[in-house]
Parts: sequence; structure tokens; C-alpha cells
Amino acid sequence: MLEIAIKGSKKYWIWLGVLGAVIGTGILVYMDQFINGLMTTALSRDVTWGFYIANFTYLVGVAAGGVMVVIPFYLHNYEKFHRITILGEFLAVAALVMCLLFIVVDLGQPIRMLNVIFYPSPKSMLFWDMCVLNGYLFLNIVIGWKVLEAERNQIKPPAWTTPLIYLSIPFAIGIHTVTAYLYCGLPGRGYWLTAVLAPRFLASAFAAGPAVLLLLCYLVRKVTKFDPGWEAMQTLAKIVCYALIANVFFFLCEIFVTYYSQIPGHMTHIDYLFFGLHGHNTMVPWMWTSMILMVTAAIMLVIPALRSNYTLLPYICVMVVIGTWIDKSLGMIAGGFVPSPLHHVTEYMPTVKEVIISLGIYGTGLLILTILYKLATRVKEEVRG
Amino acid sequence: MSKNAIMAGLAIFVIAVLSPFWFNLGGTDAAPEPELSAKAKAAEKCVLDKYDMRANHMSLLDEWRDAVVRDADRKYHAANGKEFQMSLSTGEDSCLGCHEDKEKFCDRCHNYASVDPYCWECHTTPKEINQ
Amino acid sequence: MKKSRRSFLKVAGVSALGIGIAPALKAVEAATTGTPGAAVRTKAPEALTAKRWGMVIDTNKITDKIAGKIVVACRKSNNVPDFNHKPDEEKYPNTRPVNHRQELKWIWEEHFNNAFPDKEDDFLADKFKDLPFLVTCNQCKNPPCVRVCPTKATFKREDGIVMMDFHRCIGCRFCMAACPYGARSFNYRDPRPFIADIDPAFPTRSKGVVEKCNLCAPRLAKGLQPACVEVSEGAITVGDLEDPNSEVRKLLGEKYSIRRKQELGTEPSVYYIM
Repeated sequence: MLEIAIKGSKKYWIWLGVLGAVIGTGILVYMDQFINGLMTTALSRDVTWGFYIANFTYLVGVAAGGVMVVIPFYLHNYEKFHRITILGEFLAVAALVMCLLFIVVDLGQPIRMLNVIFYPSPKSMLFWDMCVLNGYLFLNIVIGWKVLEAERNQIKPPAWTTPLIYLSIPFAIGIHTVTAYLYCGLPGRGYWLTAVLAPRFLASAFAAGPAVLLLLCYLVRKVTKFDPGWEAMQTLAKIVCYALIANVFFFLCEIFVTYYSQIPGHMTHIDYLFFGLHGHNTMVPWMWTSMILMVTAAIMLVIPALRSNYTLLPYICVMVVIGTWIDKSLGMIAGGFVPSPLHHVTEYMPTVKEVIISLGIYGTGLLILTILYKLATRVKEEVRG
Repeated sequence: MSKNAIMAGLAIFVIAVLSPFWFNLGGTDAAPEPELSAKAKAAEKCVLDKYDMRANHMSLLDEWRDAVVRDADRKYHAANGKEFQMSLSTGEDSCLGCHEDKEKFCDRCHNYASVDPYCWECHTTPKEINQ
Repeated sequence: MKKSRRSFLKVAGVSALGIGIAPALKAVEAATTGTPGAAVRTKAPEALTAKRWGMVIDTNKITDKIAGKIVVACRKSNNVPDFNHKPDEEKYPNTRPVNHRQELKWIWEEHFNNAFPDKEDDFLADKFKDLPFLVTCNQCKNPPCVRVCPTKATFKREDGIVMMDFHRCIGCRFCMAACPYGARSFNYRDPRPFIADIDPAFPTRSKGVVEKCNLCAPRLAKGLQPACVEVSEGAITVGDLEDPNSEVRKLLGEKYSIRRKQELGTEPSVYYIM
């Protein structure tokens, strides 16, 4: 099946070339970080996780969001999603590879990363994160490949893929819950120490994942002869709508608990994010933008006339993606680490080098996504004649 | 894929895979001769016998590290009756306490075998400090 | 043709597995039988031991001068890099400029409101407003940093010290996120250029690993007091919290003391006599 990926139009190869250049630049800048240490980042003694882990958190959500097309089709035979489950599964694969890459570039001693396997620590959530992320990646690769191959040969997929598909559903919920558990079990971080963090992560994931998938459907319609189906895309839009409302609602719950109880340990972090603390207010414009984007997008998605507007919908999706990205990546990190446990404020904004390495990783994800989507859409084009 | 493309690709692959050998061509040809310092010669007995040490010193250091850091044990009573400090570089009866010059001892074999252990990123050598 | 290629790959895969298993089995066998010889590992007879190491800081005895001496002694004894030190141009040419926010410190001074943010008080006694409070790793009995470490590179030793195994640390910095006291530092860069005089009794660290106060465990093993205790002129006492006759227990029995963020359940072993 892979031979499909090496036959493409000029635009295809130019796109792969651009991605190659972005990835190559990322690798070069990463070599500087590998040799000289993480001093090339804007991380500090107080803010020890930054852009890499921020993007990792967001992309775990996007990967988990793929389950929103798997559940309706495989568990409830929602035929409209028949054509796009493969797109969801392959999106999860690309997102998961990016997640793992972000973790690797964030490590201080990446050549020792196998220590997590040699010295398993079941009490550590990072250990379980490694297990479920790799497990879900493996499941999606196997399932996606087998189902696509079967479709190409016009037969039913082998019977053993069915239990794997069912297994991928709790795994999808699992990856994001475990990622949330990384944050919400730490006693010293008031912004993260809340039970609503895991549900909030899932809600945000189920908004972001399908939103990205929706944008990819638009793209696929444009550059290939494969049509995912407007009805399927509408259903995706409805999923994004309600997940987004849930995400905003959970956040408002957090605001209520924090500000009604007036406990300073929790209030200072949200004060910093939305109003600035002791004159430090780098995050303020970002957070308000995120809130405005998410609320506006939610309102627009609720109104059927706007949601079913073919030209408007992709822009709403972009609003969702940007809003949830700020909230879940930059906001989560800055809110957790500022102020520090000793109530000092050390702000964080990524350096150029960090951004270049991150773009290189996004480039890798897009490369994998391009190739996998080329396979999927070509096979479907073939089958439909 | 044309036959020429395949042969060309195969040739490039073989050259790339053998690259470590190209890098080390024309290097050391003589067998390595680690020099024992005067102190080491006087001590006569090491932690283990010569061939055992040569083969297993890395895993011995690994075990020593776990004993010192995790179990707080620092004294090693060797099978040959001598006592040592379970330390690479600190103190009189540590490894470097006897084999004082790393360049004349450790590096001889390591350079020959193209091995670059990163011990020295953290562990200081007595020579380095007195410089 | 297709079938034979598939069966070739299957046979190749199985043989690769078979060839690969042999050295793996050999390695496992060597690891479990270990290096030969009936060697015995013990503690040095002069080592100081305890069931649970703890520290008592008498804040009444700490002056700015003593606090300064303590910070310097700790740095020197443990090779903690000082970003205010200019690197030796000859030994370390072209060192990139420092980012002071990436500094490392094992013990340092804070104001009352920063050391005890849960006890902020508008009517705090004047004496405490400017007093230097020394903060360091609390060697917790229930340490969250140990819970989260994915490789057990940081672990609680039997004697209560929360230790770091710098060889195993992968630099994920999860422990730094978990510590409620901000006690840990990360080596964002190679620390060597910033160590003025390398103390040969203790290794330096490399870039990419987390470090923190280890209660001078190597010194305790040689029967010495921790570096901070030696220069503190009696302000800091280190001893066995579970020995009712120890110096630390006597101090705790006489005066009221507080610990940092007690409500978090980490059970810190560092006490501050007010």
C-alpha cells in the first residue's frame, strides 16, 4: 500500500519538500539543544515545563478526539461516519507521533529515555503515560492499516481487528485522563490540583480533535477526489459544539470554586492568567483571546444557520483550535507554574529556538499525516471507481 | 523502480552502514597498553583479577553506584581480602586514588576501542583538580 | 512470488529473533549471577546513621552573615554552580551568556512570606519581617517528588533522606513540578564553567539532570556533619528524629517549631524554631 505514497502530483512533492525543509531546520536547531542542554529554551528554575510539554498536552487531546468518530460508527453503526473513521485514526497516529517527539525533545537526558522501561515505576503517572500513549499508537496503526487494506481489497477486515477497535476506545479516554493525572495529582500546584482537570481535558480534546478533523475534511475535499460527506462533517460540527460548551462550563465551574472560596493558593494563578500579578501580565491578552474565541465559537456552533454555513464553518473551527490551544497549552503551563511555590513570579514565553524545534515536530506530524491521508484517500477513490 | 536505481540505493546503503569503520580507518593499530601508576603497582591486588576487571568493570561500577547511592554502603570487602572505597574518583582507596592518571590508564583502552564513556562529565579526576 | 517473499520474511524475522535472543539471555544470566567473588558491601564504621534524618533550624540564631556563610559552604562542598561566577576563559572559551533564571541552588534565603506563603500575616511581628529564612529540601517523609519519578532516580532512602541518582535521571523534571517547596534545580547547561573550585570529594553533575540538597549524605557517610551545619554556629542541627535522645529531638521538645506547608501531608523533616 505504501507505493501509493511515492506517486504524486507536483504540488504533492513541493509540499513534502517544504515539510522536509521545516523538519530539517528543526533537527539542526535541536542538535544545538542536544549538545548544549536546555539552556537554549526560556525555561527557568521556576517554570520547568514549557512550550514542548504544552504542545504535547494539546496534541494528546487531538489524538484522543479521534475516538469521537470511532464510537458512533463502531459501537452504534452510525453509517455517516463510515468514510471518515480512517481519517480520525490516522490523525490520531500523526498526533501521537508528535506527542512522543515533544516528550523526547523536552528530556534533559534523552539518551537515557529507556530507563523508564528498565526501571518501571507504577506509582508515576509518566510511566503510565508512556504505556498508554504507545499502546494507543500501536492500536491505531494496526487498526487503520488493516481496515484500509481490507477496503482496498474489497473484503471485510480480519475478525481480530474488532476487539482491538473496541480496546482503542478506553485507550483513547485513557491517554487523556492519564495526561491530566500528570498535572492534577501534584499537591503544590494550585491551578492544577482540581478534580475537574481530567473532565476538562477530555472536553477540550473532544472539541479540538473533531475540529481539526473537520478542517482536514475540508482540505481532503479540496485536494483529492474523496468526499467525506457533508452530513458527517455536520455531525462533527455538532460534537465540537457540545464538547466546547462542556469545556467552557467546566472552566467556569473552576472559576466559581476558586473565587467563591477565596482561597489565595488557587486564586493567585487565575489572577495571574487573567489580570496579571505584581505587574507581570504577559499571559493576560492570550487568555482573554482564548476565552472570547471559545465562547464565540460555541455560540456560533449552536446556531444551526451558522453551523451549516459551508464557508463559515472552517473559520469557526480555526477559532476553536486556537482558543483551545491557548487554554490547554500556554494557559495550563503558565497557570500552574506562576506564581512559584515560594510565590515568586517568573514568566515564560518560548524562545525562537524552542519554536523552531516545535515547528519541526509539527512538520513531522504533517508529513506522516500527508502520507497516511494520501493512502486513505487514494484507496477510497480507487474503490469508488 | 529501475535496476540502476536499486543498485545505486544498495551501494549507498552499504557505504552508509559501514561508515563507523571508515571513520576509524588509519587510527590505532597497536594493541593498547594501559600504564599502571607507581601506586597501583605497589598495591598489587585490585578489586577483582585483571581479566575479570577488564570484562566487567562497567557492571561493577554500576553495582557500586547502586550500593552507595541507594543503600548507603561505601566499603567494599573484596574476595581477595582487600578493602576499597566504592568510589570512582574520590578518596585514596577509590579507583582513581590508585590509578591516578586517567590518560595513561583508562583512556588507553577506551581510545583504542573507540569508547567514549561520559563518566568524566561529572566525576573529577585528581589531576584535573590539581592543575 | 508473493507467497515465497512473505514466507522468506517470516523465516528471516524468526531467525533474527532467535539470533537476538541468545546474547540477550546471556546478558540476563550475567546480570543475575553478578560479578564473581564473595564480595561484601558495608557501611564505613565511622558513618553517621539514623532511622529518620531531620534538620532543625533555629531562626533566632540565623543572622544575614551566617546565612551567607551557609549558602557559600553548601555551594562549595557540593559543587553547586554559581552563575555569578565568571568562567575561566582559558578552560572554558566561548561560554554563552548566563540566564540567571536558570540558576541552581540547594539552600538559600527567603523572606517569611515566601518561605511560608500559607502563613502570610499583615500583623507579623517586625522581627520576622526581615529575618533571613533558609529554605532547602525538606527531606519529606511522604515525598510527592518520589511518587512521580518515572525511573526512581529520586527515591527515599531507608534512613529518610530523599536521594538523587544522577546516573538514572532522564531530566524530565516531573519531580520539580511535583515539589511543593520549589526545592529542586535543573542543570539547563553544563555546570562546570560556573564552579569556582571543584571539591574533589563529590562529583559535579552534567547538564540535563535535576539536583537538590541531599543532606550531605556523602559527608554523613564519612562521619562528618553536613556543610551547612558546620558553618552555622549552632543555628542548624541535623540528627535522628526517631531517636528520642538526639539533639534534634531535644530542641523540638523545648521550643515550638513550624514546618512549611504542613497541610499538604508531605511530612517535612525540616523544622523551624521561631
